[in-house]
Amino acid sequence: MEEKQPILEVKNLKQYFKISRKFTVKAVDGVSFKIMPGETYGLVGESGSGKSTTGRSIIRLYKPTDGQIIFNGQDISGKMSKQEISMLRTKMQMIFQDPMACLNPRKKVMDIVAEGLDIHHSYSSQKEREQKVYDILELVGLSKEHANRYPHQFSGGQRQRIGIARALIMNPDLIIADEAISALDVSIQAQVVNLMKKIQKDFNTSFLFIAHDLSMVKYISDHIGVLHLGHLVETGTTEEIFSNPIHPYTKSLLSAIPVPNPHVEKTRKSLTYDHDQSDVDYTVGTEHHVGGTHYVLATDEEFEKWTKQ
Amino acid sequence: MAERERILKIRNLNISFKTDSGTVNAIRGVNLDLYRGETIAIVGESGSGKSVTTKAIMGIMANNGTIDSGSIEYTWHDENTGEVRTEDIVKLNEKQMQKEIRGRKIAMVFQDPMTSLNPTMTIGKQIMEPMIYHYGKSKEEAYAKSLELLELVGITDAEKRMKNYPHQLSGGMRQRIVIAIALSCDPYVLICDEPTTALDVTIQAKILELIQDIQKKKNLSVIYITHDLGVVAKVADYVNVMYAGKIIETGTIDEIFYDPRHPYTWGLLSAMPDLDTNDPELYTIPGTPPNLAVPVKGDAFAPRNQYALNIDLRVEPPMFEVPGSTTHKVASWLMHPNAPKIEMPHALKKRLEKMEKGGK
Repeated sequence: MEEKQPILEVKNLKQYFKISRKFTVKAVDGVSFKIMPGETYGLVGESGSGKSTTGRSIIRLYKPTDGQIIFNGQDISGKMSKQEISMLRTKMQMIFQDPMACLNPRKKVMDIVAEGLDIHHSYSSQKEREQKVYDILELVGLSKEHANRYPHQFSGGQRQRIGIARALIMNPDLIIADEAISALDVSIQAQVVNLMKKIQKDFNTSFLFIAHDLSMVKYISDHIGVLHLGHLVETGTTEEIFSNPIHPYTKSLLSAIPVPNPHVEKTRKSLTYDHDQSDVDYTVGTEHHVGGTHYVLATDEEFEKWTKQ
Repeated sequence: MAERERILKIRNLNISFKTDSGTVNAIRGVNLDLYRGETIAIVGESGSGKSVTTKAIMGIMANNGTIDSGSIEYTWHDENTGEVRTEDIVKLNEKQMQKEIRGRKIAMVFQDPMTSLNPTMTIGKQIMEPMIYHYGKSKEEAYAKSLELLELVGITDAEKRMKNYPHQLSGGMRQRIVIAIALSCDPYVLICDEPTTALDVTIQAKILELIQDIQKKKNLSVIYITHDLGVVAKVADYVNVMYAGKIIETGTIDEIFYDPRHPYTWGLLSAMPDLDTNDPELYTIPGTPPNLAVPVKGDAFAPRNQYALNIDLRVEPPMFEVPGSTTHKVASWLMHPNAPKIEMPHALKKRLEKMEKGGK
């Protein structure tokens, strides 16, 4: 069988922020994972766990402190050549959380969506530019007429569609969705998720889906990585993580999901995981293989203790 | 069982806003009851009028909004004489409202703890302020009570925290402070407007459990506003589903979750993925909510409703009582005795049955 090449490979990524001479925030501290073509990788964790930082380092909004990011077979973690930059900026795209804040309020949808095309000179005539925008708008469920409006004239779900259209127009191989649906209503969330799934099916695009809503993550992802305090504490397929969580943090995260079922929900108490009191040191743990693609970060004793429970 | 004591009684509330594009009828005839020690939830999409309803109860509506008709009756025991008093909040003037009701009898927890706290004041000052203002407590008394409150909301090192500023605390801590402030004047009613939307899941569960805990201790009545049905399932006794400024279905939590009757409620329940969902596509409610600046003819949900009857387009449905229940009411012509019998979607029915079994 032919070995499939991952579209993105992150090896031991570290992202530190120096606050002062004595104090450095280790936002991401040694994270490794792979994303295969056409696959969705869900990155979950609480606020401050470094999920967004990971996404931003991968798309090179930050300069990674250490580690390797290999995208489409090219190392993009260090200084990049002009070709590499242009490849990265077209083939990897990002969808942001707040659709109002990420769209320029003074520009028309046409110009917002076409901005990537303008920068990379990917059209030969104005007509082609227009046509490309119209096609993409139609794809995300908007119509031609919407191209001449401003962002404030749209509803939240429609704005998020514009954000997706802007990402899609460059034909990306990987889309990083940073909490792309957290700001939307339940029924609109479903619309946007359906749209992302459709795009994935049609174009074989990979997604890095960053979120804290685990029921949505479970629905959309093939693989999941659980991030806590900058460390990837557990990773595996969705099935593996949800049916057999090992790490106490993953367990507490799973137990916190509200279930829309009053009989269950009324009696259930969520598990608490207090990192300060658990004396689990993430820096001494190593990856332990649980089975399949399921790994957990632990020392030998911890691993034994957790798997027994 | 002890007799239920009614605290809030809203009848036929109508609220409109004057905007550049005309008058928007945001609330169209809302009826709501709240009893002592119970929790009700109001669910609906953004723009359905959930927040406006509760802001009317607090008397903090935007300047361009007016209460056109209806009453909000609030009943309480007078602290000194112990007699039962009932006031219509709509008729109170601003001064009475501020002195008697707002903060003192009815308190509110807002969505974003960072914007509802004052960044230039210490936590301690902010918790003490309402007690000094409303009850004329001395600083020492207020300070002692503040420490108690901080412990109640699960903050350790209370004395140290009193000197902190909001930016020094995490999101979950801040929301705990906001709850402590809301509780400082011993209110009867606590309104929580999306209290956990800005927080992540682990902290969300903690905050909800905290509110439940305090509710039991203090016999509070709580109104939750949310669009997260998981949260509703956890906390609510009664659920009100709102759409386009009207309550379209109301009932106990079991009635709404296991026996929903309104097509919109079906849609809401179907759109929410649970952990067992693996259908290739999530259900979505087609279309968008109506523009309330245009007078609504018939049932506001009819254009998006695949089960809509002819009459839905012409006459607004009244509240029908579901046979066999005193609490479950639905505003849909489908409930009329002469209406064709329409069952909820098969997939949803199967799921609800499974849920009901799984929970027992």
